[in-house]
Amino acid sequence: MNPLFDIAVSVARIAVFFAFVFGLVVVMTWVERKGAAYIQDRRGPNRASIMGVTLFGMFHPLADALKFLFKEDFIPDGAHRLFYQLAPMFALAPAILTMAVVPFGPPVTIAGKQVALHIADLNVGILYLFAVSGMAVYGIVLAGWSSNSKYPLLGGLRSSAQMISYEVSMGLSVVGILMVFQSVQLSAIVRGQGELLFGILPRWGVFVQPLGFILFVTALYAEANRTPFDLPEGESELVAGYHTEYASFKFSMFMMAEYIHLVVGAAVLATLFFGGWQFPYLGDSGFAFPGGISVAVPAWAVFLLRIGSFVGKTLFFCWLYVWVRWTIPRFRYDQVMRLGWKVMLPLALANIFVTGIVLLLIDRGGF
Amino acid sequence: MEPILFMLFGAIAVGGAIMVVTRKHPMASALYLILTLFSVAALFVLRQAHFLAAIQVIVYAGAIVVLFIFVIMLINVPENRLPVERATVMRLLGVIAAGLLILETALLARRFAMPAAPAADSGSVQAVGRALFTDYLLAFEITSVLLLAAVIGAITLAKKKI
Repeated sequence: MNPLFDIAVSVARIAVFFAFVFGLVVVMTWVERKGAAYIQDRRGPNRASIMGVTLFGMFHPLADALKFLFKEDFIPDGAHRLFYQLAPMFALAPAILTMAVVPFGPPVTIAGKQVALHIADLNVGILYLFAVSGMAVYGIVLAGWSSNSKYPLLGGLRSSAQMISYEVSMGLSVVGILMVFQSVQLSAIVRGQGELLFGILPRWGVFVQPLGFILFVTALYAEANRTPFDLPEGESELVAGYHTEYASFKFSMFMMAEYIHLVVGAAVLATLFFGGWQFPYLGDSGFAFPGGISVAVPAWAVFLLRIGSFVGKTLFFCWLYVWVRWTIPRFRYDQVMRLGWKVMLPLALANIFVTGIVLLLIDRGGF
Repeated sequence: MEPILFMLFGAIAVGGAIMVVTRKHPMASALYLILTLFSVAALFVLRQAHFLAAIQVIVYAGAIVVLFIFVIMLINVPENRLPVERATVMRLLGVIAAGLLILETALLARRFAMPAAPAADSGSVQAVGRALFTDYLLAFEITSVLLLAAVIGAITLAKKKI
């Protein structure tokens, strides 16, 4: 059709999802501190104000951004200058790229043309996600090495070893999902989760792959270097890990990359295991509850409910990071490695094996 | 569009490869290697081999080069202590061999027409999986045995006491 229309749609999709993720990143820095305060029975950030309005400390992210912009941008003595400056870019670029494949809503019809709410519906979907997020390790390794300082080097080494180890379990933990939904395309996986299981439960990933879900969440936390796996930044041992020597906006690029990973991770979790934009029992024309009760819902409300469902799930998993962070203490490094290789990996392999057998039985027995 | 992209990514791949062998600092070489691997993945995408492209990035750029960088990082030779390479007979031979290879490729390219673009879904996960487990089953199984042998060998070498 009209090439201008296609370009406009693409730009709009990118703009909307970009704004969603970056907005959530800003909000997350606030939620993290306010949530910590709430869990530890403190007040938390409440001083930044504009004309006397504090709005529960909501202006703190703004103050942070200004501070990052105006602080001195400095390079430590003896650092490898080029690599030191490249590292934050290597960290941020893959984080931004990961957003591209997450479907944030059902296809909509605009001006007689079907538009998928996706930046890119790649047919290798989830593999693209693994490929791009695997690149994030370079930013960390380069930052740790080029700073020419002991703490960043140790932090960088720990972090990259951890990321490589958990990448294996993470990849294997979603294989079960790929087998059940017979696709690696994220839009197809979400569509598959719209059906019902035994006529009662929504066919969400978490119900058909409970073990896969637990493994994926664990690996996700380890990949994002979040507590209880935040060894790379263990303050008591390594100051701040790989970005100890970074200041000003370069530091904030690392922070942004970290939070984008969190937000996109939450969105992917919602997409793979909680039905993405699917709302339980909601079909294209309305609710159809088990037991034959159905309620008609207008199309615009269905659309809003589905978008809201995706946003709500993503927000919940974003909050879960904060909740876990202030609840569970940090592991020791050898424990992290043992968990990754000796527990997660065999469990992930067993999960694939069992899923294969069950799928074969269903195929043969027809039940 | 496709020939332009092919030229672009091909040029980046070759340029990156040249930088890999000419840079003095090993970290720079490793980073250029990532660039080359990415451009080759892009070339795969242009030939509809999406699965292969993703695997190329996951395995080579995501795992193998990380190990290279690990080694560079751990050995950490200061810049002024890097070995000075001089023009030797080996270098001259290398240039001659590269020239011969380019000549050969150019001659071969004249004899074959560019193959038509493959079908859109010929490189999808399903298609590759089906080919792997039917037509190429023997090769697949032999490769897995080879990998198993390598894993066992690595464990035997790394562990003092089994």
